Amino acid sequence: MDTFAALSQGLTVALQPINLLFAFVGVMLGTAVGVLPGIGPALTVALLLPITFKLDPAGSLIMFAGIYYGGMYGGSTASILLNTPGESSSIVTALEGNKMARAGRGGPALATAAIGSFVAGTIATIGLALVAPTVVDIAISFGPEDYFALMVLAFTTVSAAFGSSVTRGLTSLFLGLALGLIGIDLQSGQARLSFSIPDLLDGVEVTTLAVALFAIGETLSVAAAGARADEIIEPVKGSVFMTREDWKRSWKPWIRGTFLGFPIGAMPAGGAEIPTFLSYALEKRLCKKPDEFGNGAIEGVAGPEAANNAAAAGVLVPLLTLGLPTSATAAIMLAGFQQYGLNPGPLLFVTNPDLVWGLIASLFIANGMLLILNLPLVGLWVRLLAIPRPWLYGGILVFATLGTLGANPSLVELGMLLIFGLLGYVLRRYDYPIAPVVVGLILGPLSEQQLRRALAISVGDPLALFQSPIALTLYALSALALFGPLLFFLLTGRKAPVGADED
Amino acid sequence: MTQILRGALVAAALAAFAPMGAAHAEIKDLKIIAPAAPGGGWDQTARSIQQALQSDKLVSNVQVVNVPGAGGTIGLAQFVNANKGDPNTLIVGGYVMVGAIITNKSPVNLSQVTPIARLTGEYEAIAVPANSPIKSLADLVAALKADPQKVSWAGGSAGGTDHITAGLFAKGVGVDPTKVNYIAFSGGGESLASLLGGKVTAGIASLSEYDSQAKAGKLRILGVSSAQRLPEAPDVPTFKEAGIDVEIQNWRMIAAAPGITPEQKKEISETIEKMVKSKAWTELLAQKGWANTYLSGSAFDAQLAKDISATQTILKDIGLAQ
Repeated sequence: MDTFAALSQGLTVALQPINLLFAFVGVMLGTAVGVLPGIGPALTVALLLPITFKLDPAGSLIMFAGIYYGGMYGGSTASILLNTPGESSSIVTALEGNKMARAGRGGPALATAAIGSFVAGTIATIGLALVAPTVVDIAISFGPEDYFALMVLAFTTVSAAFGSSVTRGLTSLFLGLALGLIGIDLQSGQARLSFSIPDLLDGVEVTTLAVALFAIGETLSVAAAGARADEIIEPVKGSVFMTREDWKRSWKPWIRGTFLGFPIGAMPAGGAEIPTFLSYALEKRLCKKPDEFGNGAIEGVAGPEAANNAAAAGVLVPLLTLGLPTSATAAIMLAGFQQYGLNPGPLLFVTNPDLVWGLIASLFIANGMLLILNLPLVGLWVRLLAIPRPWLYGGILVFATLGTLGANPSLVELGMLLIFGLLGYVLRRYDYPIAPVVVGLILGPLSEQQLRRALAISVGDPLALFQSPIALTLYALSALALFGPLLFFLLTGRKAPVGADED
Repeated sequence: MTQILRGALVAAALAAFAPMGAAHAEIKDLKIIAPAAPGGGWDQTARSIQQALQSDKLVSNVQVVNVPGAGGTIGLAQFVNANKGDPNTLIVGGYVMVGAIITNKSPVNLSQVTPIARLTGEYEAIAVPANSPIKSLADLVAALKADPQKVSWAGGSAGGTDHITAGLFAKGVGVDPTKVNYIAFSGGGESLASLLGGKVTAGIASLSEYDSQAKAGKLRILGVSSAQRLPEAPDVPTFKEAGIDVEIQNWRMIAAAPGITPEQKKEISETIEKMVKSKAWTELLAQKGWANTYLSGSAFDAQLAKDISATQTILKDIGLAQ
């Protein structure tokens, strides 16, 4: 088997002590920048590129792989412990993860995220090694009409994150959709809702909104409650590590998350956010204790975390097989390849097999190293929550502000952070869910662009939206997600376990 | 603020690796503003300049700062307002900025900076999927004349170089540029994917984005926007050969702050000229597939003025500007 020979050759390269050192430096740096909201792996790799020029290609690509995976990992740590999602793909993790952390279950939450990321990363990397060319053919066959159908599916299932009331959930969602309209419209080049503020021309940054709503909004809530707050944050209750039951509840979501994340991540317009939404919705549907969702269900951490890591590996599929960079980090890695005179693309596997396999092998190494480094640290991380509340929230505030300013040093950005923070406080105060706002901001512009592209290509014929088998399948799944609970009720005469709990 | 943050958070960890400055540099410290997010063309240009200047010890310490947003106009506005008379800060820019200033009705424009030199350029190429019935530019022109709406073009964001090229192409063959069915994509990856998947009739992008796909037999490049055929694609005809009078390059430049003295401008220009002639720069351009289109002094000023007025005209023709 050629592939395995090539892979073991790659592993030999990646396991050399000096390359292990590069991997170590990479995962440490990656974790550090991932923890900080705003500063992501893309910026880190960009800063490192000129410095690594003098290193050999294998060493620096291995370091980049470490940064890439480390960044994904660090993002979830911050989400779970501090409710400050550092990357847009770890927003969903904050929903259940932070609830778990407050209930003294931060240890298991971090552990299931770490092991889930490892499992998903490993399976997805194997997928990358074995089926990349096939996956990419399917991914390329997705047209704008199919992406639009995928967005419809995401919209219909995302109601799982709405909390107790559909009306309140929809209100939040439309708030997010409205925010998504701000900025230059990609198709016409015209500015919308920018109020002559040049900084608004690029729209609202997802991480700014998420950090503001989640972290700043919550800090304000806590401060406003003052001494009346009766919630006590317990750093550790029960086992720091996962119990037998946690394992039982985690392993299936890991696998399902992986199989959602990898193919969608491989799609040129897929990204890592949509699979996390879908995974969260799916786990809520399948969970035997659906009422735990919203109060710290481990499935809601395990599934989305696996999904975002698998998507991170999926992004490398079009990069390595076609030379298509479909995320900011992938674009920088492409620049990294070019620095060594390599052109990723259809011919890379043929012209530079040692390097490609070295990179794939180093992904395994980075993954394993992250697990080994971070599991023992779980106990230390959760002690963060033992910090007295005023200090903890003061710290979160500083941290969120620094991260946002680090990513984009502008007063307008800072103003948005504060205004959205206030919005987050008001939403909390009147019991509106905050996740749908962020979901609306992510999905709104994506679905709008895909719909308009599809209609422009068909010269305005709406029937074109329903002519592809992929789109029809996705619409069927959406219909099932919408009407499934109702059918269940009609057929059995019992209320469906979830989705019908409007108050 | 940026300096403090970048320094403290990321660069500090890397300081040990950072190349040491040389003793004989003429300019000691230089800050280059890349008015875009890390990874794009301007960012890579800024970082290549950084690398070339430092490795040839022309400047001891070069720092790149990203100020992303709105086609570079945010970075440009910040540069014009905050760095007046500052000879130690430069900005990278390019043709896309010319269009963005017009479509965004930017309060600042390129007449407010001190252009130093055009450094690199990339030519635009039109490609179709390998299995497309369109075999040549003539076929494409015929399809366009038959029904411009039926020919969908995939390219970068509206009003950018790709869109302008599509508009000029249509105008050049006598088709109403407002009828061009242009589909904008946010990243090169996504637009290329739609072309490979046969979702659109044709694609328009820098030649380097299509080159490796064409070599692998997945795309057919119909034509390029250069004056002569290009060494990296000798078999591809120019638009001019097909009788379409369109010549355009997506150039990138370096400019200095407004209000610097003629001596300061001279010193910066000389440093940049030395860099352009260096081996390090030549190697970097070869790696990235950028053509050296170095042009400085009054020749560049004239070319810039010409590009600005031509862009204004075509953006009006497409209907993106008044």
